[in-house]
Amino acid sequence: MAEICSLEEAIADCVRDGDRVAMEGFTHLIPYAAGHEAIRQGRKHLTVYRMTPDLLYDQMIGMGCVDRIVFSWGGNPGVGSLHRLRDAVENGWPNAIEIEEHSHAAMANAYDAGAANLPFAYFRGYIGADLPTVNPNIKEVTCPFTGETFAAVPAIRPDVTIIHALKADRAGNVLLEGILGVQKEAVLAAKKAVVTVEEIVDEIDTASPNTVILPAWTVTAIAEVPGGAHPSYAQGYYGRDNAYYIAWDPIGRDRDTFLAWMKENVLEQGPEAFATHGRKHGKA
Amino acid sequence: MDFTPTEMMTIAAARPLRSDFVCFVGIGQPSAACNLARLTHAPDITLIYESGTIRTRPDVLPLSIGDGELCDTALTTVSVPEMFRYWLQGGRITLGFLGGAQIDRFANLNTTVVGPYDAPKVRLPGGGGAPEIAAHCGEIFITMKLSPRGFVDRLDFFTSMGHGEGGDHRARLGLGTKGPTRVITDLCVMEPDAQTKELAVTSIHPGVTREQITAACGWPLKFAANVAETPAPSDEELTVLRALHERTRLAHS
Repeated sequence: MAEICSLEEAIADCVRDGDRVAMEGFTHLIPYAAGHEAIRQGRKHLTVYRMTPDLLYDQMIGMGCVDRIVFSWGGNPGVGSLHRLRDAVENGWPNAIEIEEHSHAAMANAYDAGAANLPFAYFRGYIGADLPTVNPNIKEVTCPFTGETFAAVPAIRPDVTIIHALKADRAGNVLLEGILGVQKEAVLAAKKAVVTVEEIVDEIDTASPNTVILPAWTVTAIAEVPGGAHPSYAQGYYGRDNAYYIAWDPIGRDRDTFLAWMKENVLEQGPEAFATHGRKHGKA
Repeated sequence: MDFTPTEMMTIAAARPLRSDFVCFVGIGQPSAACNLARLTHAPDITLIYESGTIRTRPDVLPLSIGDGELCDTALTTVSVPEMFRYWLQGGRITLGFLGGAQIDRFANLNTTVVGPYDAPKVRLPGGGGAPEIAAHCGEIFITMKLSPRGFVDRLDFFTSMGHGEGGDHRARLGLGTKGPTRVITDLCVMEPDAQTKELAVTSIHPGVTREQITAACGWPLKFAANVAETPAPSDEELTVLRALHERTRLAHS
């Protein structure tokens, strides 16, 4: 059953060195505050999963938290490269990282298989593509009914999935709306789930019976962190800070500039720093 | 009105889009072309972004595939597994519109690495949705600036399959979809030969010479038997495109 606690406690209790961690969010609702807390707590040797690693994993890789990354598209959307990811892959700084690379369809199916308690996912994929030649975790399976060959990948089963959501009620039920990405599947595929939310309310007064709710018994810990998805966004709370993504490019490009930025904006800050981006203080 | 080669590319890429298309939109140049078409001659085109937004009508171009604008203006928004399983693999999408870092003469694309995979000279973002978009959409348009670095004799990595080794390679792999049918650049439009599937120039943009095109391509590029001149951008096309870019610039600054 979900425990409502501080972000410091949630990360300290749920994330261990060496864990397989999925911090999902498809442009929307990326758990920046939680990732920054993991950096502050000095987590090391993580295997991190994400379909679309962006600045958050760039920051975690640059701060030496990551040994291995499993992903399907790694970039600063509409801007360019992840320079810390590239520096780690191309030059081994601050440490060499292993990459396991897939397509979006493979990762989405692999989370879905994990949530469904299956060992692998199959799909019509990678036809004529080179990734199966460099990723030994892409194999083939034959349909027992038709004989057709499909791509197969292992299910993703994280030790902990971390997401940011809109609301939780006091019982620990969690509300997601807007672009949902793969967060529901990632939570249900994981042993533990940490959720940060914009606000904790007495009751989730949703108008639709089909609204996406993660019931309290699927979540381990919940922390209220208004603005916690910034510079990504929270539907109905604040917009995507596109200017931040553009400004990140020169910061991420240079090692010293990056380290100085992380010291000032992450290491010497706490989760409360995100509140300036939330609805009550920032633009709606 | 005067126009830039990039404007010509976006406009030439927008023109073949129709209102009855269901289009899976890549970010960047494809997104500009698809929204220009929607704002001009194809108002009912269904635009789908891989973030799960279906029939979206953004007022400004999104910086990413999941900007809030896409969800706010969509008919419906589905989860990412649903998008790739039911809608893409399910065969519900008629056209995929892609860009890339490198392309070869059979319209295979590389957005993964320059150099060897294990010791890359440049690590690119990766395939994202492209490998399965290229397989499952009814047909594929590609838009890229023509340059020797982008249009290469041999790809460093096959991120997504176009026509493979050419000829009937797609059919031999069991693909029933058409694959790339059009490549729109800033200098010309190319289409695959009906038999060999090798790209050939079918239309040259105004003021561009064959020599310019040949010099900007990394393989000995063929020209079709009948090469048209691309009509210059109309005032309406340019006005709508520039207004779209200006709204986008203001929104993201």
